[in-house]
Amino acid sequence: MKSAFAVLSVALLGLASAVCAEPKTVTIAAVNNPAMIELKKLSPKFEAENPDIKLNWVVVEENVLRQRVTTDLSTGGGQFDLVFLGLYEAPIFAKSGWLREIKDIPASYDLTDVFKSLQDGLSYEGKLYALPFYGESSMLMYRKDLFEAKKLTMPEQPTYDDISKFAEALTDKQAGIYGITLRGKPGWGENMCFVTTLVNTFGGAWFDMNWNPLVDSPEWKKAVTFYVDLLKKYGPPGATANGFNENLTLFASGKAAMWIDATVAAATLYDKKESQVADKVAFASAPIAATPKGSHWLWSWAFAVPKSAKAPDAAQKFAVWATSKEYIKMVAADTGWATVPPGTRKSTYENPDYVKAAPFAPVALKAMNTADPNDPCKNPVPYHGVQLVGIPEFQSFGTVVGQSIAGALAGNMTVDQALKAGQAATTRAVKQAGLLK
Amino acid sequence: MIVPLGMTIYFSFIRYILVNPDAKGFVGLDNYRFLWKDPSFVPAVLNTVVLIGSVLAITLVLGTLMAVLYGRGFPGRNVALLLVIAPFFVMPTVSALVWKNMIMHPVYGLLARGFALIGQPPVDWFGAHPMMSIIIILSWEWFPFAFLVLYTSLKSLDQEQTEAAVIDGANSVQLFLRIIIPHLKRAMGVVIMIETIFLLSIFAEIHITTSGGPGTATTNIAYLVYSLGLQQFDVGIGSAGGILAVVVANVAALFLLRITAKSLRGDG
Amino acid sequence: MEARRLKSLAFVILGWGTALAIFFPIFWMGLTAFKTEQQAYAPGLLFPPTLDSFREVFARSNYLAFALNSIYLSVGSTLICFALAIPAAYRMAFFPTKRTQSTLVWMLSTKMMPSVGVLLPVYLLSRDLGMLDNIWGLIAISALMNLPIAVWMTYTYFCEIPAPILEAARVDGAGILTEIRHVLAPMALPGIASTALLLIILSWNEAFWSINLTSAKAAPLTVFIAAYSSPEGLFWAKLSAASLLAVAPIMAMGWLAQKQLVSGLTFGAVK
Repeated sequence: MKSAFAVLSVALLGLASAVCAEPKTVTIAAVNNPAMIELKKLSPKFEAENPDIKLNWVVVEENVLRQRVTTDLSTGGGQFDLVFLGLYEAPIFAKSGWLREIKDIPASYDLTDVFKSLQDGLSYEGKLYALPFYGESSMLMYRKDLFEAKKLTMPEQPTYDDISKFAEALTDKQAGIYGITLRGKPGWGENMCFVTTLVNTFGGAWFDMNWNPLVDSPEWKKAVTFYVDLLKKYGPPGATANGFNENLTLFASGKAAMWIDATVAAATLYDKKESQVADKVAFASAPIAATPKGSHWLWSWAFAVPKSAKAPDAAQKFAVWATSKEYIKMVAADTGWATVPPGTRKSTYENPDYVKAAPFAPVALKAMNTADPNDPCKNPVPYHGVQLVGIPEFQSFGTVVGQSIAGALAGNMTVDQALKAGQAATTRAVKQAGLLK
Repeated sequence: MIVPLGMTIYFSFIRYILVNPDAKGFVGLDNYRFLWKDPSFVPAVLNTVVLIGSVLAITLVLGTLMAVLYGRGFPGRNVALLLVIAPFFVMPTVSALVWKNMIMHPVYGLLARGFALIGQPPVDWFGAHPMMSIIIILSWEWFPFAFLVLYTSLKSLDQEQTEAAVIDGANSVQLFLRIIIPHLKRAMGVVIMIETIFLLSIFAEIHITTSGGPGTATTNIAYLVYSLGLQQFDVGIGSAGGILAVVVANVAALFLLRITAKSLRGDG
Repeated sequence: MEARRLKSLAFVILGWGTALAIFFPIFWMGLTAFKTEQQAYAPGLLFPPTLDSFREVFARSNYLAFALNSIYLSVGSTLICFALAIPAAYRMAFFPTKRTQSTLVWMLSTKMMPSVGVLLPVYLLSRDLGMLDNIWGLIAISALMNLPIAVWMTYTYFCEIPAPILEAARVDGAGILTEIRHVLAPMALPGIASTALLLIILSWNEAFWSINLTSAKAAPLTVFIAAYSSPEGLFWAKLSAASLLAVAPIMAMGWLAQKQLVSGLTFGAVK
């Protein structure tokens, strides 16, 4: 009798614990890039290790993601437990009080291994709000086979004059090869990333120390004229439709000889399944002009837990897992070292397997280490960010200026007109924000 | 329906930027003034009119001609009909993606490859002729609808009337102008009404193909409201744009009502 | 004789030519879906078909869950829409007042408002009602958005029923229910059926609200396709496969029901 009772109570206990262990659902807002798709593919391992957590994925393109996340976080909608956001949004969202601080990370995570510049960028008032999934700078990618065919050599640190000469020599429109491709799609996160680095290295900046906009300054005019001429003469048709992804497709399908863009592109270009130029691509530092500073950007996609999250602890647990050293090893085991999420941890670049598999690693690492958001321009500026201005209004005037420059690229207006319109929009925005008196 | 509308009206009078919660307060008509002064506002209104006008003209003309052709009948018509109406079922996002990436793309697009075969340089559709490209895509999407409505309306045309006209010695052009067109008037009213409603708020196709550009070449009212309200997260201005669009829509609807008064009254 | 033959040949060529030209983009999409990414890049009609892209798409996202939500959404919202539209249209068609016309215009004009303008209010309301990422919330929004079209179209069909028939029925002592069941329903049925088809197509293809108000549980196929809408390396085959999967169910239904669609859309046929 007694033993029967014991059995019964054990059974009841078991039942009770089964009820308690009903899995927590973590809804993740993610972007549809290759690194993220790989994470989704490997995530069942996390669910197997944590049977009490179930992951729900919402995978959309970047614009939609930004719009969804901003709407949900600002209204406290609580649809997401974990969101994917960038270096630009993290401090702004944190300032608005929408994010939960990342703390109590297990010691094995080794936070000191994560690049300091990224940690700084993802913090607000000294508190960390997001964990970087991958980090990127920009660099020059080129086709060594085409360079050899034309007997050209790429210097270690090319200048934009070199680029212009190379592009002329390499363009063969009959064969469908364009000398260079660059971002032309309007948007603060598209063409303005590149154009801002170009302006920086031509000696310009968005603002002076009193927040006077400099968009119609001679430096901007020189840089944008150079950009428009270069793309018009040697770029692919339809350049105003090309953002990062479109250019990746162009380069991967062998249509472009040079491309200056995010270092993460290298992983895709090296993947034989996704790229036709996997064995023909080589890398160099982003070109410079008058000022070597600010010629390449710093960006990171990171995981953050919204304040409105319903399962914040489980969400952070997954963020920690997805950005850990172990996860990087898992990707290496699955698809090879060349495809691991780059640019977040020193240990990745110290790993001989990675250095061997990813010839682009040293160039990318150098770019990551030398991009300084606190000192991006020739003259001191009142803002943080290499290819962006770290204030909420930047999304608005950055996009308007981007549209004007795309208009100039399409030939709808002159560079002067475009910059004048951009200057007006920027002035209005900083005045409205109360920065410019 | 009333509550969201009321909230929109309220939002349109305050300063409300999602990413900057500190800046809040009553601003009166500032949002409307801002919208009015936005350099893209006038082009956006013009683009909206051009877009709707062209797509309506193309779908109506082609739709009528096709309706007559299919009304006459030919071997295999019923199967061909299925192919003709197919675009209507395709999601706007999908058709924009297919046209952009697989047909009109200046590097990989089929049209570009076709031009290359005859030794011509590719056409940069979305860069050089952005509005025309959008009109082509939209016409392709909406043509089946116009065709279906006109075709079915034509089927109800009185055979005796046509035959009588033929006996009177009317040729095909006269037949078309005097009998077919008047008969289709009401169906055309329906097409104009429904297409206008949807074309006024066309957004996905523009967003995917040209993002309203280059410059403001393809920014219509709906896209302008989107870019102010969501890309820049300015709820105040977005709401003002929404309210303005309702006003414009009411004017347009009243105007349309004049044209389609008959079909609205039904037995008219 | 010869001339007539030439003429009918011309009609065949013209009819089929236009049909094939119009269908071509869809055909090409379907074809590309069965290629590998490498083959998709080089255009060609002859290639060994492969299901690789479909496998990839199925591995990435749970297609069936999305498709089911699309079915719930389109059928559910259409039913709700009619539950509201038929009484409203009945009232407007048979007991019109001075304001009936302007009410109709006002309803239709709200349909022309850009959805972005009301996104934030709707989002806040849905949050407070717990309707975010809830299929019922999406069904309700979709029904509301399509309501003006439904009312207007049903109203138009009702108006085509000659008033004397209804009056005769009323004189015979038929109650309102009998009147609807025996007189109104049979006469307006083709019209209602085609309106229903139109509404199903519209709500199936509606992307703005579904993308903004759902995340995982309630997401329909428009959200599914949003994950493939920006290029990434070589992507045409995957895009085509996903597009084909998203479009196929509604197109199959549309084709099966096209007779109904054709007969219903005849405004003015019942005369």
